Amino acid sequence: MREDDEVPIETAALPLDAWHRANGGRMVEFAGYWMPIQYEGIMAEHLWTRESAGLFDVSHMGQLSLSGDKVAEALETLVPGDISALKPGRMRYSLLLGDDGGILDDLMITNEGDQYGIVVNGAVKWEDIGHLRENLPDDITLNHNEDYGLLALQGPKAVDALARLVPEAANLVFMQAARASWNGHAIALSRSGYTGEDGFEISAPNEALEAFADALCAMEEVKPIGLGARDSLRLEAGLPLYGHDLNPAIDPAEADLGFAVSKRRREEENFPGAARILGHLEDGPPRKRVGLLVDGKLPVREGAKLFDGEDEIGVVTSGGFAPSVGAPIAMGYVPRDHAVPGTAIAAEVRGKLVHCTVTAMPFVPHRYVRKTGG
Amino acid sequence: MPRYFTEEHEWIDVDGDVATVGITDFAQGQLGDIVFVEVPDTGAELTQGGDAAVVESVKAASDVYAPVDGTVTEGNGQLEEDPALVNSDPEGEGWFFRMTLGDKSQLDGLMDAAAYKAFCDAL
Repeated sequence: MREDDEVPIETAALPLDAWHRANGGRMVEFAGYWMPIQYEGIMAEHLWTRESAGLFDVSHMGQLSLSGDKVAEALETLVPGDISALKPGRMRYSLLLGDDGGILDDLMITNEGDQYGIVVNGAVKWEDIGHLRENLPDDITLNHNEDYGLLALQGPKAVDALARLVPEAANLVFMQAARASWNGHAIALSRSGYTGEDGFEISAPNEALEAFADALCAMEEVKPIGLGARDSLRLEAGLPLYGHDLNPAIDPAEADLGFAVSKRRREEENFPGAARILGHLEDGPPRKRVGLLVDGKLPVREGAKLFDGEDEIGVVTSGGFAPSVGAPIAMGYVPRDHAVPGTAIAAEVRGKLVHCTVTAMPFVPHRYVRKTGG
Repeated sequence: MPRYFTEEHEWIDVDGDVATVGITDFAQGQLGDIVFVEVPDTGAELTQGGDAAVVESVKAASDVYAPVDGTVTEGNGQLEEDPALVNSDPEGEGWFFRMTLGDKSQLDGLMDAAAYKAFCDAL
């Protein structure tokens, strides 16, 4: 679609809009909403999240719920995960796939007992809703829970802070979810996130969000964190960002997300694009998402072309300065034979070639909590 | 020595026939944490309004423009080791480059400190 054919849509305010502004957030347009890019500064916010706890507003994301008969079976026609095996209170990262196996979105699916909760990316949530409604049986009810906001509390001290408000938080382990209440409001918790750190996502009614955010930020461990640090944190964690590292032309094998294609589903070969994806998992995909360590200090950003000698071999899909690494890092796509860690390639920045080394991800080790107590 | 400002948030200090150029405190505040600065090579011919340097913050790369015509006489080598100087002392130690003045009359079109402050306040 050409740009001038698009209908201009007014940038919308999220429930915490005034709260961000009052707390010094610098607001930018993102996914159709005004969102804080930073408060005190991306570097400080990034490092604070890695050492303490950062509060992120991710209310732009779509919070959907599916109920009815055989929801798991129906969802499995659209995603490659073993949703039927997901027990109540458990969640899983999955991928919404087009007919050709290309990735339409990445999402989290939670078995909430009486329904399945799905969290999708803000930038494509309306397309996702259309795709789900079009492809799921009519007797499955799809709700878009716009009266709830979503917060993420991430970092090694997140559990201490959150448990003071919601004691049940401490009982969860990574990828577990539970319902709870706070100040009389029904909320939902999961021990998950997208920074590589331990942490939680909390869904709470819009009218409770400000008070909840204030209660968290009143604790010495917690500061509000903007989108800028969210991006550098997830990049260091090796986690792909939809619309940048993932798109409908890329399949799960190319994206190095083979873990999201469950064993049972591989055997049954019955998800969209199964022939292509299983072929790529078996024989290796023609191109693959890899991490890149960048020599020197010059940041290599999205769109930079990748070279092996004279040959253009791929492209950077995310990149920038990594505060916890102390150097620039990137991720991008290269041919399979260049995807081996240690392979030396170059990225072009403003006409200059910058040496890069293919590396295993994450760049900063994940610190998920898989067992409680100790 | 007189200091002039551009609408692109560069400052230029004029001392006889040479000038020192950097970005303003307002600009560094907008950019955030600066992680890389690319200064022009000595001898580079600059044209008023044309690309002169690149400053990279954590979030993005931004161009720095030449406030006037002239030839680069020196880049600030310190910025290679310590780009954060642009954050901590943008209008002092964090200067970008020095240049000759090709056409002094171009200075008349730039802002003085009071006019630049009013310009920023209106943004």
